[in-house]
Amino acid sequence: MLQVISLLLENKPGALMRVTGLLSQRGYNIESLTVARTLDPELSRMTIAVEVDSALRQQVIKQMNKLINVLQATDLTEAPAVVRELVLVRIRMPQETRAAVLKEAEIFGGRVVDSSTEGFAIEATGAPEKLNEFVDVMGSYGEIEVTRSGALAIALEAKKLKLQPPVPTRAGGRVEEKVV
Amino acid sequence: MSNLMSGARMLMECLVREGVDCIFGYPGGVTIPLYDVLYDHPVRHILVRHEENAAFAAEGYARTTGRVGVCCATSGPGATNLTTGLVNALMDSIPIVALTGQVTSKLIGSDAFQEADTFGITRPCTKHNYLVKNLDDLARVIHEAFYVASSGRPGPVAVDITKDVFQGQGHYQPVASVHLPGYRVITDGHTGQIRRAAQLIAESGRPLVYTGGGIVASAATPELRELVESADLPVVSTLMGLGSMPSDHPNFISMPGMHGSYAANMALQSCDLLIALGTRFDDRVTGRLTDFAPRAKVIHVDIDPAEIGKNRAPEVPIVGDAKRVLGKLNKLVAEGPPPDEKTAAARRAWWRQIRQWKEQHPFDAPTSDTEIKPQHLMAEIDRVSGGRAVVCSDVGQHQMWAAQLIRFSEPRLWLNSGGLGSMGFGLPAAMGAQMARPGKLVFAIVGDGGFQMSIPELATIVSNGLPIKIVVMNNGYLGMVRQWQTLFYNNRLSGVELNGFPDAEKLAAAYGFKGKTIDKPGDLAAALEAAVEEPGPYLLNVKVSPHECVYPMVPAGSAIHEMVLGPPQPVAVPAK
Repeated sequence: MLQVISLLLENKPGALMRVTGLLSQRGYNIESLTVARTLDPELSRMTIAVEVDSALRQQVIKQMNKLINVLQATDLTEAPAVVRELVLVRIRMPQETRAAVLKEAEIFGGRVVDSSTEGFAIEATGAPEKLNEFVDVMGSYGEIEVTRSGALAIALEAKKLKLQPPVPTRAGGRVEEKVV
Repeated sequence: MSNLMSGARMLMECLVREGVDCIFGYPGGVTIPLYDVLYDHPVRHILVRHEENAAFAAEGYARTTGRVGVCCATSGPGATNLTTGLVNALMDSIPIVALTGQVTSKLIGSDAFQEADTFGITRPCTKHNYLVKNLDDLARVIHEAFYVASSGRPGPVAVDITKDVFQGQGHYQPVASVHLPGYRVITDGHTGQIRRAAQLIAESGRPLVYTGGGIVASAATPELRELVESADLPVVSTLMGLGSMPSDHPNFISMPGMHGSYAANMALQSCDLLIALGTRFDDRVTGRLTDFAPRAKVIHVDIDPAEIGKNRAPEVPIVGDAKRVLGKLNKLVAEGPPPDEKTAAARRAWWRQIRQWKEQHPFDAPTSDTEIKPQHLMAEIDRVSGGRAVVCSDVGQHQMWAAQLIRFSEPRLWLNSGGLGSMGFGLPAAMGAQMARPGKLVFAIVGDGGFQMSIPELATIVSNGLPIKIVVMNNGYLGMVRQWQTLFYNNRLSGVELNGFPDAEKLAAAYGFKGKTIDKPGDLAAALEAAVEEPGPYLLNVKVSPHECVYPMVPAGSAIHEMVLGPPQPVAVPAK
């Protein structure tokens, strides 16, 4: 099944590699992945959609949480959450169907972001399944090219973020016991 | 200011503060600034002859002491050569810190001489890794590395350091604390779950404790003994946990799994409560997972939340450090009422059954008048060791026979590559062990295959005066592969004959120490004793009967009660 995971991670070199590496290493297939900074520039929010056996969902989250740069991994698959995606469609079609394409785009809440004699570029956001339909409909009018952002998700209930406090090092002057 | 120093010196300052007293390493172009500091530094540097062995030796040090082992290598090939040791430490949860040199930060990404993406390469090989390109980060990163390596579920941490960081000058400020907000170490265990565990133990008629390397890592032997003795529970221990209960302890059954004992496997398959402590239900223990311990409720204690439920969903999951959890559990078990009469009767019957299994099929150490049986060799090493020597094993048949037949009176005496199964581990691990415990009798038990992966280290052993007793169980084959070819591939022996083994006496002499080859059973005892008596290192090459197979054996994909007990006719043992 498709599992939607929301990750809050430290914006450190290699953090993305750790996440994607973990997924491939453990044999999970990434369907989509988005990442960007949060309000706190030292943190990133990542949404991952991953194809995984439902029995392994907990395991994926646990493995994610083990990554030292990951502050919180949340499974949003069945949690109250909004999942959205952005799609950009460039469509070329005959002159006579222009009006129909515009009408269809409007139904899906699409917005024309570029227009030429050959066709349109249209952006639309929505639930990923809804966008599948939009792309299918557009495809029926002409030749299309499609770019999708991948799923972005936000939980509707705040989950308490448990951060760990600093721990003292041995550099603080602790005396090391000698091994006999 | 007086604390202005080079990055290389700052690194050593951090290591000293972390209690490091020796480093296993191999220098190269970009680590010369570090070696310049090591020139007259109190921390001892052991020059190995191949970087992989630096990592294995650091593991040997860590496995023997419980402290973080340190290895270092140069950029490029030096770093890539470390990786097998890193994965080995990752699989067995061994705390080591690997320091690697990297090309000057300005050259990163330019395919510079001896440049490799060490940070990328070591990512899946480690618990965590770092690339230090800025001297200001160095001290913090080093202390973080030691904290991550040694806390929670221990593991390897790699720190890649650019040459300009080694060379740069900076002010050293002791790092009093490290802050890893996303790194959760759960040690205490959930009180409610521990209570449930105590209750299940009280109610169980056929309980069984199944311990792993986690008991060793958390130094939980005293707490384990208290539990086992107070509730009179039988114990099996994985390969990684051997020694956490004394092998002679009346409650100790033995090792279960693919080459485990009949009694241990039957106990697992028949118990009604499995108390899994610091162990991960590895496939070499469980056999066919769906048929593993089919009658048991499971209590699973592990410090790594991801291990719980990974292979077997437990009835009682407890995330925590084994030592702390057992401390709490013992209290509850002691306070609780003794088992009722029905349960007590079931327990007595359970113990009778276990003793019967033990007597029916103990681990066998057959002897012969004409050839040295490999099991005979292990039994003799056991006699000489008396449960007290450090035994470092390589990987293969000898490893299994050693695990079956050599006793250990305490943890951290049995060192082997369990999870990864890296040949070439035994000898360098023994170097680390001997460095950590100079006065201790240390055996490296190796096959003729693994030994030939480690021969260059004989020079390290000699030049550092390490009196390791190397015992080569020489059967002329890559024995474990041969065993599988014999049993499952119609004896079509392919790529397993090890011809051309050198003359051990001459080989040792060439390195400046004593060695001997024996092939007569009558010579075995005296030869081993002579090896132990020898003040320096000793190479004892023991030619054993070449076609022996390790039994019992659970064929791959079988349930663990479906054991093949011996060579002539495969005996399938039906489950009860």
